[in-house]
Amino acid sequence: MTAPEAGNGNGKAPLLEIDNLSKYFGNVIALKDVSAVVNEGEVTCVLGDNGAGKSTFIKVLSGVHKQDDGELRMDGEKLSFGSPREAKERGIATVFQDLATVPLMSIWRNFFLGSEPTVGVGPLRRIDIGEAKNTMRTELKKMGIDVRDPDQPVGTLSGGERQAVAIARAMHFGAKVLILDEPTSALGVKQSGIVLRYIVHARERGVGVIFISHNPHHAYPVGDHFVILNRGKLQGSWKRGEISRDELVQLMAGGAELDQLTHELRQELEQKPG
Amino acid sequence: MTNPATAARPPTPPPTSVVDERLANVSLTTRLLRRPEIGAVLAATVIGLFFVFTTDLFGTVDGAANWTDVASTLGIPAVAVALLMIGGEFDLSAGVMTGTAGLFMGILATELDMNMWVAILLTLVFAATIGFINGYMVVKTKLPSFIVTLATFFVLQGVNLGVTKAITDTVRVAGLSEVPGYESANNVFGGTFWSPHDFRISVLWWIAITALATWVLARTRVGNWIFGVGGDAVAARNVGVPVPRVKIGLFMTTALCSALVGIMIALRLASMQAGQGIGDEFNYIIAAVVGGCLLTGGFGSAIGASVGALIIGMAFIGIQFSGWNTDWRFLFLGVILLLAVLVNNFVRRSAEGARK
Repeated sequence: MTAPEAGNGNGKAPLLEIDNLSKYFGNVIALKDVSAVVNEGEVTCVLGDNGAGKSTFIKVLSGVHKQDDGELRMDGEKLSFGSPREAKERGIATVFQDLATVPLMSIWRNFFLGSEPTVGVGPLRRIDIGEAKNTMRTELKKMGIDVRDPDQPVGTLSGGERQAVAIARAMHFGAKVLILDEPTSALGVKQSGIVLRYIVHARERGVGVIFISHNPHHAYPVGDHFVILNRGKLQGSWKRGEISRDELVQLMAGGAELDQLTHELRQELEQKPG
Repeated sequence: MTNPATAARPPTPPPTSVVDERLANVSLTTRLLRRPEIGAVLAATVIGLFFVFTTDLFGTVDGAANWTDVASTLGIPAVAVALLMIGGEFDLSAGVMTGTAGLFMGILATELDMNMWVAILLTLVFAATIGFINGYMVVKTKLPSFIVTLATFFVLQGVNLGVTKAITDTVRVAGLSEVPGYESANNVFGGTFWSPHDFRISVLWWIAITALATWVLARTRVGNWIFGVGGDAVAARNVGVPVPRVKIGLFMTTALCSALVGIMIALRLASMQAGQGIGDEFNYIIAAVVGGCLLTGGFGSAIGASVGALIIGMAFIGIQFSGWNTDWRFLFLGVILLLAVLVNNFVRRSAEGARK
């Protein structure tokens, strides 16, 4: 077990540094002193069983929750987010599990939801629909998806394609850090493989990827860093090559039953409104 | 295509020349069926033709002046209610709000001797405030808007009767025609056009509001946000849509449209009953649902709600012209609502659940 190292070996400061992050919900410690680094063009895998604090971790990074303790630094500069919009403006884009898209809306409307390109001024300001459709089609083509009909509701796409729409969207809007929340958990083997390719592709484009997963078999082939969370705490942090797939699987399996219990308790807490 | 090696190639230029050709691949049927209002348009045609052939008056211009009048006073709030429902919320106080607005304006004008235009302006501000309170309570408490606006409904109903009785000793506010500014205000909100057929001016308002709402919904960022918050509020928030602002704005729009109809009715009758508008909220919701709005939000259209209002207007007047007992209109409304919900349910399943 080593402390997370700053820098990626070539002397450059890490893209995003997460330093001793803590988050409490009432008297529940959801996250305690978790640290990690994300470098440009690398994938940091955050692993943990259900209830390990993965969701809370991403929600803090994406501006949904504010941390109670600890620091976030991007390119060395301290960050504090009041809303998801602020995080997005700083280049941290999050693709939430199942919540990334609105099923009844068309692909292009989903792609630009919240950041619609417009033409005209004042009361005549309107969405540039032609531009939106073209851009969406180009961006998805880069991910290897050929969109036949931009007006097709997203709900009629397959799970993998929906993830692709969300990932393409994040990259188009200039994401420097891309957070993927369990992108493979609801997918079959083949679809998972496709999503893993998207991750590699994002990495090749110089994006720092945070890949949240409970599946070490999905994380291992694409990860440059591995961070394991357990019951809200950092269980360990390794670089690629410092840990084998079997060790990763072994570590993930430990304390699974207790985690299940914590998860159930936390779910009850999270279901309360507010 | 999904091979990482090919994926790393430079971005392809936008396939501009290919766009049209590929769009044509989507069959006309598919595109029509994707329109929320298609069912309502078909139903309106059938119902309209039925009354044209079974009654003498319905198909005439004078007959049209009748049914468009009913349709317009239902349609203006129904369009706003449709936007609200697409945004995932209900407003049960929309009907009684017409009464509240008319009474508020009437009391300001007759009891406080205000100019009619000042009274109208203050009424709109008052209505927007009530809409804001509705929206704020829904957004803050996260309670279902069904319950929150049901409470507003009863509060307003009580206030309408209580305040009107306390001030006028009757259940109506009357004598609006003697107020300064009545003539000009009535020309804009309550009057008629195209004599001798005398279409109500509210028909023009209805068409204009439908066009505006359609434009906002289909073409503007706010329209996109309305679909987003209704389809999945969490997803919309996560991509940066200001969900509370959109919802509060929708409640305010609904209250304003209801108030506009209240002002129109008060002006054309030169008086207002304390019980005005009670029960109309259901007509608005029926119009919106018949027009293709889903009860669960995220899908629907403003034109659809207008066509829904047209169906209700045609049925009400058509039943009168046929000489039937007008109580049958409720049965008609119930049946058409049930059919609409069944059709909508089918549409949503095919849009949402084809491949999970």
